Amino acid sequence: MSVLRAEGVRVAYGAHTVLDGVDLEVAAGEVVALVGPNGAGKSTLLSVLGGDPRPDAGRVLLDGVELQAQDLRRLARRRAVMLQETRLSFPFRVEEVVHMGRHPWRGTPQEDGDDAVVAAAMADADVVHLAARTFPTLSGGEKARTSFARTLAQQAPVLLLDEPTAALDVRHQEALLARVRHAAQEGAAVVVVLHDLTLAAAWADRVVVLADGRVRADGAPADVLTSDLLSAVYQHPVDVWRRPSGVPGVPADIVVLPVRAPRGAAPSAFTEETP
Amino acid sequence: MSAPAGAVAAPQRGTAWRRSALFVGLAVALVVLAVVAAGTGQLRVPPAEVLGSVLHRLGLDVGPLPAHEHGEQALWTIRFPRVVMAMLVGAALATGGAVLQGVFGNPLADPGIVGVSSGAAVGACLVIVTGWAFAGPWTIALLAFVGGLAATLLVYLTARGGGRTEVVTLVLTGVAVNAVGGAAVAFLTFLGDTQAREQIVFWQLGSLNGTRWVYVAVVAPLVLVGLVVAVLMSHRLDLLALGERPARHLGVDVERLRVGAVVVVAVLTAAAVAFCGVIGFVGLVVPHLVRMLVGPSHAVLVPASALGGAVLLVGADLVARTAVPYADLPIGMLTALVGGPFFFWLIRRTRRSAGGWA
Repeated sequence: MSVLRAEGVRVAYGAHTVLDGVDLEVAAGEVVALVGPNGAGKSTLLSVLGGDPRPDAGRVLLDGVELQAQDLRRLARRRAVMLQETRLSFPFRVEEVVHMGRHPWRGTPQEDGDDAVVAAAMADADVVHLAARTFPTLSGGEKARTSFARTLAQQAPVLLLDEPTAALDVRHQEALLARVRHAAQEGAAVVVVLHDLTLAAAWADRVVVLADGRVRADGAPADVLTSDLLSAVYQHPVDVWRRPSGVPGVPADIVVLPVRAPRGAAPSAFTEETP
Repeated sequence: MSAPAGAVAAPQRGTAWRRSALFVGLAVALVVLAVVAAGTGQLRVPPAEVLGSVLHRLGLDVGPLPAHEHGEQALWTIRFPRVVMAMLVGAALATGGAVLQGVFGNPLADPGIVGVSSGAAVGACLVIVTGWAFAGPWTIALLAFVGGLAATLLVYLTARGGGRTEVVTLVLTGVAVNAVGGAAVAFLTFLGDTQAREQIVFWQLGSLNGTRWVYVAVVAPLVLVGLVVAVLMSHRLDLLALGERPARHLGVDVERLRVGAVVVVAVLTAAAVAFCGVIGFVGLVVPHLVRMLVGPSHAVLVPASALGGAVLLVGADLVARTAVPYADLPIGMLTALVGGPFFFWLIRRTRRSAGGWA
């Protein structure tokens, strides 16, 4: 049973079609990674799923009801969005920013648990030691983690994350995606835009490949992340490796790496090659 | 989890203490200043007698009554209305500034700088010159509100692009709106008779001279309604700092909040401008100082700015009345004298910190 469902979504900015006939279903308990080259429409699809722009054609249903027909506060209790861009007009402290995630619960019985939820979210995003710092003084990765904590504090069962790991170091990338997985195990439906295909393979149940505003592939990481498909979609030769897990019964990790010319060779960038 | 929870609570306690200290400090300062201001002037009334007079009016036979034969009359017909008006106007201007800054996401937005005050002044001057009285004593306030609302909307629509306001755009839009407002006021000055001209000139300087209880009765409800609505929207103004999309994702109807905030700013500015003219920079200086002391959270910023604005204007008006013997200096001149350099410092600081509005 899908929680979030996009049907024939089309979005155009003027003459430029960004998304064209996109269908997507996300069920409770699964992590779906959205991947694809720059300009493929990943962020636009994520914002349509979040209810920001109304699609020019098609519709998006959350719990079987069209997004635009839903009350904003109720919607905010059902789905949380983490955007790539993190900006703040005034120098709020990190702890205050995370508290903002509790706004949808104001006036509800759950409001009583605000402090505990915020403390847990901050611990999960590893920003407890930053609690009293003001947001503008943080590094890019710390800002992203603060935004992630705010998103968690919203306690929504649908999570939409736009490149949450882009600014993070290896440790925090892994920690963030492990936390996202944990949320899915507890019944959340998660859509996460990722550029790192190895990360997508490691943490997602399903990978959806977008290219030129259309879904090129949708399935388990092992089925979708193939050298042929990725090389064609990214217009650059891409190798897919298997790294044995070393633990019996645990499947091998998928490692995705671009094929590189030896150092010193003439750059072959932006030419259409097949390996 | 107990260690991190404790780490979170520690800064909260510090801030809570600072916030309480600020509110108590401002409230005490307001009462003391009001009593001193009411007792100061050509006819001096000692603080004890001022308090005694108030308490007697409240039905409590406590404290001495003014010893001077005209003391009681001077207090209740001249001083008290003026002090109360100063509180109302200061609270209105500072709160209007705080709300406007919240909506623009920019600490340089001030009703005077972005032209809201001059829009309101055009409406008020129109009433002065034409002598319209279709809404009785409320006519000036009503047209000031319409002018202020029009100016706020104009600034809002022209200065905002892509969901945010650049400092330069905001200030330049203010220059343009103020220029047009100034031209309109100049034209109205040209049209008016001698009495109207005098009234208009007094307007642009800003003064609380000649405040009567009738004026207070018109301004008070506007300010109180504006303050209550501003406090009610304070939590949502916090979320607006995240940007429009994140605010929406957290359940805020951004369009409705904006329209509501613009109306609140227009009401507060109109209330302030209606009888006292343009008093600049209060809406800029007060919220900024409050933010420096207790942070940008609007739930604290809005009420603290209201109190701070009241304190500032009661103080400024006391100086205006007493700095030069037998003269009543224009209060707008005083606030501009202090606010101008402050604005300059703020712009320098803002440029240095490149967007990190501290």
